Amino acid sequence: MTATAGASPSRTEKSGARIGVVTFPGSLDDRDAARAVRLAGGTPVSLWHADDDLHGVDAVVLPGGFSYGDYLRAGAISRFAPVMGAVVDAAKGGLPVLGICNGFQILCEAHLLPGAMIKNDHRTFICREQRLTVENASTAWTARYTAGDEITIPLKNQDGQFVADDRTLDELEAQGRVVFRYAGWNPNGSRRDIAGITNTAGNVVGLMPHPEHAVEPGFGPDSPDGPRTGTDGLRMFASVISAVVG
Amino acid sequence: MGRVVVEVMPKPEILDPQGKAVAAALPRLGFHGFTGVRQGKRFELEVDGEVTAEVLEAVRGAAQTLLSNPVIEDVVSVVAEHDPEA
Repeated sequence: MTATAGASPSRTEKSGARIGVVTFPGSLDDRDAARAVRLAGGTPVSLWHADDDLHGVDAVVLPGGFSYGDYLRAGAISRFAPVMGAVVDAAKGGLPVLGICNGFQILCEAHLLPGAMIKNDHRTFICREQRLTVENASTAWTARYTAGDEITIPLKNQDGQFVADDRTLDELEAQGRVVFRYAGWNPNGSRRDIAGITNTAGNVVGLMPHPEHAVEPGFGPDSPDGPRTGTDGLRMFASVISAVVG
Repeated sequence: MGRVVVEVMPKPEILDPQGKAVAAALPRLGFHGFTGVRQGKRFELEVDGEVTAEVLEAVRGAAQTLLSNPVIEDVVSVVAEHDPEA
């Protein structure tokens, strides 16, 4: 029914799942995220920041980019966009929401996820193929992985250093809410190598690296199968499609 | 015209990469003896007329909800400034 990791994306059957992708002023990866949804077998639905209607979608992706130019703080102004009122309400009701990069920053600013992102500790923009360990494979967005899986997806950001106080970090660890951890090397100084986290219900996930850039052979990161063959990000979209189609 | 000045600083326990970059540049330009730099933000909010208690209260609310993120920043001051020409 839905995509599996090894299936050729072009032959993936349609699942009927409608996944919204929000475009804010300054979003960059909304079209890539929509394409990833399509390759995983879902139907992408474009959502607009100024529209407070989610148009009945089954899940929402807040994509990467530099919404509102990262002015004030990354995600700080987007968090108050009309669409976010609807996203926050729906997320509290259990709607699966994924925030990628700038989307993760927006989820933190919106208090759907704890902590905040500050500038990388080395103060430079970074773009690389990043190894991650999947720590929690029971969220709406990670059920197609197995805990302990190592995946490689692109990372590209300026403000990617995840910070929170020790009490919050201890709570995240104790409740199994660290979803992804940087493997091999911590690229931005994030506390406890955290690359992605989830809320207590497991429907809201935020991560700094970009799964939507690793969904199609020929255009992904290098993998043992050859240059640019990596499609480790596809399972994130397949996971939510399975979750909402049932 | 009234003006309220809000100052926001990164929390002491949060690494301040921008301050660190400035601190590293100072000795290169011959400014020695500075053991640390932290960089914050200053906002100037303008209103028509006087800065009343209600205005100050509204600015304090804005400072906590939009101008700062309490996870990483502290609002260190909210002060009314009077225009000398008014």
